[in-house]
Amino acid sequence: MTSSPPVIAALRIGLFSFIIVGLVSLVYHGTKDKIADNERRALLQSLQSVIDKRRYDNDLANDKIQLQSGEQAYTVYRARQAGKPIASIITSTTTQGYNGDIDLLIAINVSGTINAVRVLNHRETPGLGDAIELKKSNWILSFNQLAIKGLEQWAVKRDGGNFDQFTGATITPRAIVNEVKNTTLFFQQHQHEIFQ
Amino acid sequence: MRSDYSKILSNGLWHNNQALVALLGLCPLLAVSNTVINSLGLGLATTLTLILSNLLVSSLRQFILPEIRLPLFVLIIAGVVTIIELIMHAWFYELYKILGIFIPLIVTNCAIIGRAEVFASKNRIMPSILDALAMGLGFSFALIVLGGFRELLGSGTLLTQADLLFGDAAKDWKINVFDDNSGILLAILPPGAFIGLGLLIALKNAFELRLKATKSATSKIYE
Repeated sequence: MTSSPPVIAALRIGLFSFIIVGLVSLVYHGTKDKIADNERRALLQSLQSVIDKRRYDNDLANDKIQLQSGEQAYTVYRARQAGKPIASIITSTTTQGYNGDIDLLIAINVSGTINAVRVLNHRETPGLGDAIELKKSNWILSFNQLAIKGLEQWAVKRDGGNFDQFTGATITPRAIVNEVKNTTLFFQQHQHEIFQ
Repeated sequence: MRSDYSKILSNGLWHNNQALVALLGLCPLLAVSNTVINSLGLGLATTLTLILSNLLVSSLRQFILPEIRLPLFVLIIAGVVTIIELIMHAWFYELYKILGIFIPLIVTNCAIIGRAEVFASKNRIMPSILDALAMGLGFSFALIVLGGFRELLGSGTLLTQADLLFGDAAKDWKINVFDDNSGILLAILPPGAFIGLGLLIALKNAFELRLKATKSATSKIYE
């Protein structure tokens, strides 16, 4: 077998790269809109899991601002009815779970109550920590319509608070209760900035 | 010619099963096989990647210089996987979110570059496609059996979330075999994947030993 000169080999790799990249970009352009549409719909769906869609009339998914608090970056979606502030929906992440990050979506009414909380992503132990999913248990609903007043006392029962922990899993609910508490405190301090 | 084709098929599905004999592609195999539907989704994506990559490698094999064959294989496989990822992102969004990182990681599944090197770069297009199909189905078979085993033991169901793959009509395909709370948690956790795969390989070997034993027993009678 005679080997070919390196220039030929290099040119051939270049030609192959050109063709493959061309194919990939063709498919990319064909699927781009559909993918963006999927992302938008998925975002709207998760936003509507914490706020009833009849309560706002603005373009919720696009009415958002970024806030920074130390390490934590929050994205805040602003729900309005006829221009008047109704609620803020805050994405927040805690690293205090049992296994990796837990992403939360927290809706806070301007009237001073938590509207609802949902877990977006987590990798807690199946069968123990995953009771934070609405699919597995109703625990996450215990935040519904909770008044922010008295917030300082929020904790799981083992820490002397009112929130149930799960059998065999205290760390997961504790992480979520603390994260909701911290996020809500932050929101209270910055409420005027959010709806400027 | 026909015996060639059937040999390719039996190699891929059984004798040289990429997951159970060659033990290739274990990372996605172990990580995603926690339900039947996840397994099926990854199995199909892997099979499709194999078919497209074998097809491209085989049809371009005169242009692939031996010195640069490995970078070209990697280029082709990476391109194919990216295209499949984009398509799944557009049309199987929910499944895409669940399989997540394991779709791009199909690139690192050694079974695919292995088939390109061992088979597709030396054979004509038709046998290469058949080889890819057989290898892909063999891999999917192992994935689905492992997924079924883990889902059944871990959560007591089968075919949960079938709607991710088959649309809304499949929402009630889920079979509840027993109550959720009595599932064996270990089966869903990573160790369950290792134990399940070990059992599966042992089962295959035991079956083959039994087969060999009966064969030699019958041949003795004829002697």
